[in-house]
Amino acid sequence: MIAVVLNIDERRVALALKEAGEKLDSAEGEAVLDFSSVRRIDPSALRAMEEFARIADEKAVKVVLRGVNVDIYKVLKLMKLTRRFSFEN
Amino acid sequence: MTVREAVKERIQIPLATETLSAERIAYLEDLVRQARAAAAVFTQFNQEDVDCIVKPMVLAGLEQAQYLARLAVEETRLGVMEDKVIKNMVASEFVYNYVKDKRTVGVIRELPDRNLVEMAEPIGVLFSLTPITNPTSTVLFKCIMAVKTRNAVVFSPHPKAWHCCAEAVRIMYETAVKHGAPEGVFTCVDSPTLPDNAYLMKHKDVGLIDATGGPGVVKAAYSSGKPALGVGPGNTPVYLEKSADLNTAVVDIIISKTFDNGTICASEQTVVIDDEIYDQAMKKFADLGAHVCNEKETKLLERTVIDPQTGCMQPMAVGQKASDIARFVGLSVKPNTKLLIALIQGVGREHPLSVEKLFPVLAVYRARSVGEALKVCVDVNHAGGLGHTAVVFSRNEEVIRKFGEVINAGRIIVNSPGSIGALGAVYNDLVPTFSFGCGTGGGNSTTDNVNVFHYLNIKRLARRTQNHMWFRVPNQIYFNMNAVENLRQFPSLSTIVVTSPGLERIGHVDIVRRHICPKTHVHVLVIPDAEPEVKVILQGVESLNFYKADQIIALGGGSVIDAAKIMKLKYESPEADLEYLAAPFLDLRKRVVQYPTEKLSRARLVAISTTSGTGSEVTPFAVLIDKESGRKVTLADYSLTPDVAIVDPQFVMSMPKVLTADTGIDCLTHALEAGVSNYASAYTDSNAMQAIRLVFKYLPIAYEHPGDEEARCMMHNAACIAAMAFSNASVGVNHALAHAFGARFGVAHGRANALMLPHVIAYNAVVPAKFMPSPYTKGYVAHRKYATVADLLGLSGGTVEEKVKNLIAATEQLLDQLEFPRSIAELGISKEQFAEAVPELARIAFDDPSWRSNPRMPLMTELVELFWKAYEGRGVAKESGASEQQTV
Repeated sequence: MIAVVLNIDERRVALALKEAGEKLDSAEGEAVLDFSSVRRIDPSALRAMEEFARIADEKAVKVVLRGVNVDIYKVLKLMKLTRRFSFEN
Repeated sequence: MTVREAVKERIQIPLATETLSAERIAYLEDLVRQARAAAAVFTQFNQEDVDCIVKPMVLAGLEQAQYLARLAVEETRLGVMEDKVIKNMVASEFVYNYVKDKRTVGVIRELPDRNLVEMAEPIGVLFSLTPITNPTSTVLFKCIMAVKTRNAVVFSPHPKAWHCCAEAVRIMYETAVKHGAPEGVFTCVDSPTLPDNAYLMKHKDVGLIDATGGPGVVKAAYSSGKPALGVGPGNTPVYLEKSADLNTAVVDIIISKTFDNGTICASEQTVVIDDEIYDQAMKKFADLGAHVCNEKETKLLERTVIDPQTGCMQPMAVGQKASDIARFVGLSVKPNTKLLIALIQGVGREHPLSVEKLFPVLAVYRARSVGEALKVCVDVNHAGGLGHTAVVFSRNEEVIRKFGEVINAGRIIVNSPGSIGALGAVYNDLVPTFSFGCGTGGGNSTTDNVNVFHYLNIKRLARRTQNHMWFRVPNQIYFNMNAVENLRQFPSLSTIVVTSPGLERIGHVDIVRRHICPKTHVHVLVIPDAEPEVKVILQGVESLNFYKADQIIALGGGSVIDAAKIMKLKYESPEADLEYLAAPFLDLRKRVVQYPTEKLSRARLVAISTTSGTGSEVTPFAVLIDKESGRKVTLADYSLTPDVAIVDPQFVMSMPKVLTADTGIDCLTHALEAGVSNYASAYTDSNAMQAIRLVFKYLPIAYEHPGDEEARCMMHNAACIAAMAFSNASVGVNHALAHAFGARFGVAHGRANALMLPHVIAYNAVVPAKFMPSPYTKGYVAHRKYATVADLLGLSGGTVEEKVKNLIAATEQLLDQLEFPRSIAELGISKEQFAEAVPELARIAFDDPSWRSNPRMPLMTELVELFWKAYEGRGVAKESGASEQQTV
């Protein structure tokens, strides 16, 4: 299994996820998205995360979100998205 | 739309959703999804972020006030454009003025005195219905409130006001997003239908329905099963009372009723005028542009503007000018007539104009008295206006208050216009709103002017509080040999010495008499040496009154001192009802029954104890016996505490051995129970620990050598010190068991305590099956406190468990030394006899308030078990005891 680690930049969360989603390969067992430098997300980032999770599901790739702060975690919880990701501190 | 259809719409909105197409459902789902994402994202915003969005929205509302007002009038054909501009400005500026400094994110209020912090949690997605009467102002108001509280809103405007509302939503949305609000924060249902509304009202992701409109909308909102703010119609009564400033009142009523052609549901509907000012008032109305209809005109008017079938106003009249309505009805009125006034003789279906009329038609009733006027106002209030708004014009405060009392309205506007007054912040300090909560009378959940705080879940951080504790004892305590000599310093003209026959016989009373302040008239009242009964108390009070006593000296054991405490209470406060004062309580400071504070007479109570156990000379308790029922009545209040305590061992030198042992163990039990009590404090601990030390050291000596002055003195002090501890920390389960058992089998209190004591120590020292809720304690500490006692006594043991075990062993050894029976069985009580009694004993013990401060909450089964352990006898330390017990 290969793990792809992607550092997410707060200014381009949606774009980064879109690009990552396009490149997601089913050969990769796990994709790690590092949110350590993301303080806040907006609705477009939220949509991108939903889409990324969908693609990852299709390609059977496990998505791990690393360093998600509790405010963003709450947003994902409210959107019922936490079950679609694994979380690492 | 026909009148019938309009009425149907007002009262019925179907909740069924089957008529929606799949495409429509997808569309509605998308609106909610956008709002949900926006609301989720919004949770990351802080107060500053939010406030930076709100202000530009308010400015946009102000800039577009006229534009939106014009759109509203053009589309709805209701109301007055100029007034709608004012409404839009109030909805922006006045609402902003109210919310700008309000905290609506994170911590919103700190209540340090109560150790509470209130925090805001947004609701999420709101589904908001807006009315035809105040369309754009309501949208502006709700958008500002939603952003201020970090909520997203799906709007469903009234179909006949959709375009102007959609435009208001657009303006608010674009401004909000431009300044940082999440996309999707406001959406507006395109061409909303009743099934759309029904679908959205039941949507799982909608957190709150905010329905402003007719009764149908409100009813549908409340019937949806969702939390809802439903704000519907009113029927505002106005009382124009004879003391009112008539000029102001008439102008205010005209301003209010004609404002936006009467479309605000808080506007005046029926004015009840006192007979004395009626003609003058009507003239003023006419002078200021109202047309007062004659009987014929009134009939014509009511037939046209009120639907005879439903009794409700005709929708076609809503928000129309008075002159247009007059023309439509066929009345001849002056040009620019502002208001049509119709006289009514009563309220109800027979008086059609007594209902809500959202147009400039005002009903007027002439009242012959204040009583009649108030009754008619109540009738109007109950004819569709419950919970909404009412108005009173008067300078008579009594009338204003009475009006407020009898009228059920969320807003009772005094000496100002109803509609603009109810909106708040213009004529008064009500919260500015465009949604009037109408309370349960109007089928609503609130009577408030709906505001930002209704758009929030308020969370409360409730920090642990410790009520203030106390340490209360008599002002003066004199102790050691010959302490009685201090009596001399208390001046008195008339002193009653309350004592028992035995003490008088052995000369104790004479000793006391010798030390009473000279020239004092002294009367000795001898009472039976038993728990006092009411008859004895009343006889004592009679003596106190007869001799006009200013000092009571109680010389005796617990019973005598208790009797004197109650005599003093009844002497000073003759109305005191002892049964009533004995009402049960959980916390002394929160008790329902309060002891009297007003006193007819005053007498100093000096307590001189002649036993070394109860410590009654310093306690706030007194026990009374009701001879008829045989029931003990316990009085407890710090006002019962004696003023002076004299702890002079000369009065206990002749105490018999058995009494020495019984009272000594009572004293030890007080100290041990106060020591582990949930109410224990550093103050009570110091007393409890010292008393325990003194008892272990001196009780065996006092028992074996009754003439040992030092031992007697120390035991007498120990009893008083232990009593100071339990007066402030209370006792525990040992006393509850002993009270029940002692009363049932006639066993002396100290002896009953002794039989339970080792078992109770073992019981309290293990992990409780049930912890006792207590804000005073931090963790379970009883076992550690017993270990501290063991250390204090110099007992060995390396662990808490060993120390507890050794304390139990030392207690058992002390009891053996004092020749106490080792078990209940040793008292000659058969097993069968005891088995029969135990269930009832457990019930009585459970009802005993003594255990409320016990560190371990006793279960009924545990009380039964403790009774049986006491029956079987001592040996706790040797047998199961600590070895089987799981210590913490």
